[in-house]
Amino acid sequence: MARTEQQSNDRFNGKWFWRYASPAAFYPVAGTIEKLCWFLAISLTIVGLYIGFFRAPTDATQGEVYRVIYIHVPAAWMAMVIYLAMAFWCAIGLAFGTRLSFMMSHALAPTGAIMAAISLWTGALWGRPTWGTYWVWDARLTSTLILFFLYVGYIALAAAFDDKKKGDRASALIALIGAVNVPIIYFSVQWWNTLHQGASVRPGGSSMATIMLTAMMIMAFAFWAYCIAVAMNRLRTQIIERERSAAWIQSSVRK
Amino acid sequence: MIWESWSAFWSMGGRGFFVWGSYGALLIAVIAELIALKRARKRALACAEDSHDA
Repeated sequence: MARTEQQSNDRFNGKWFWRYASPAAFYPVAGTIEKLCWFLAISLTIVGLYIGFFRAPTDATQGEVYRVIYIHVPAAWMAMVIYLAMAFWCAIGLAFGTRLSFMMSHALAPTGAIMAAISLWTGALWGRPTWGTYWVWDARLTSTLILFFLYVGYIALAAAFDDKKKGDRASALIALIGAVNVPIIYFSVQWWNTLHQGASVRPGGSSMATIMLTAMMIMAFAFWAYCIAVAMNRLRTQIIERERSAAWIQSSVRK
Repeated sequence: MIWESWSAFWSMGGRGFFVWGSYGALLIAVIAELIALKRARKRALACAEDSHDA
C-alpha cells in the first residue's frame, strides 16, 4: 500500500523511524493502534467502574459524591497530558517539517478540549456539595479554564487558514506558548492558596485509600486508551483529507 | 455488594444529581465525539472519491 509514496520519501531512506513519519506508512499502523486502544478502553472502563462503584466504600468525609473522582481526575490529567503532547508534536513539526507531526497535534486537540471541559464540568458538580459553590476564581480552576480556551484558540486558528501549512505553523505557536500554562495548573495548588484540594496522588505517594486509588488509576489508563484511540481515528481521517490526491489513498478508497 | 438496593445505588446518598450529572456529561461528550468522528470520516472519503473523478 505504501509503495507509491516511497519515492517521495527518498531523503528519509535508511532510517526506519523516518519511514513512519510518512502518512502513507503510518496509516495502517494507526488503525492497529486504534483497535488495540478501543479494546483496552472498554475493558478497563468496565473493571474500573465496577471497582469504583461496587467495591470501593463510601468516603468518610465526602460521602458518595467523591465517586466523581474516577472521571474528574483522569479527565484533568488527560487535558494536561494532551496539551503537552500537542506542544511536543508541534515542536517536532516546526523543527523537521514533518507533515504527520502537525496532523498528530490537530488530531489530539478536540479530545483535549473535551477533557478540559469534562474536568471543569465534573469539578463544578463536585464542588457544589463539598465547597458549597459550583465555581470560584481560584488558581487551579482559572488556569484550567485558560487551558480550555487555549484548545479552542488552537482549533480555531488551525482552521482559519486556507493554506494548511500556514495554519499548521500559526496554531503550533499557540500550542508551544500555551504549554507554559500546564505546569501552572499542576503546581497551582502548591503555589497559591486555593479552594481546590491538594494532589491526592503524586510521584512517590498517595493519600487515598488503596481501593479508591486502584479504581481511579484503572480509569486513568482507560482514559489514556480512549484518547489514543480517538486521536488515531481522527489522524486517519486527516491523512485521507490531506493526501487525497495520492495514488495509495485513491486505491484504498476505490475498493 | 456495598449498596442495600438499586434505589440506594441510584440516589448516591442524596448526591445522585451531582454524581450522575458528571457521568452523564461524560457519556454525552463521548457519544458526540464518536458521531463527529464518523461524520468526518464519511466526508473525507467522499471528498477523496470526488478528487479521483475530477
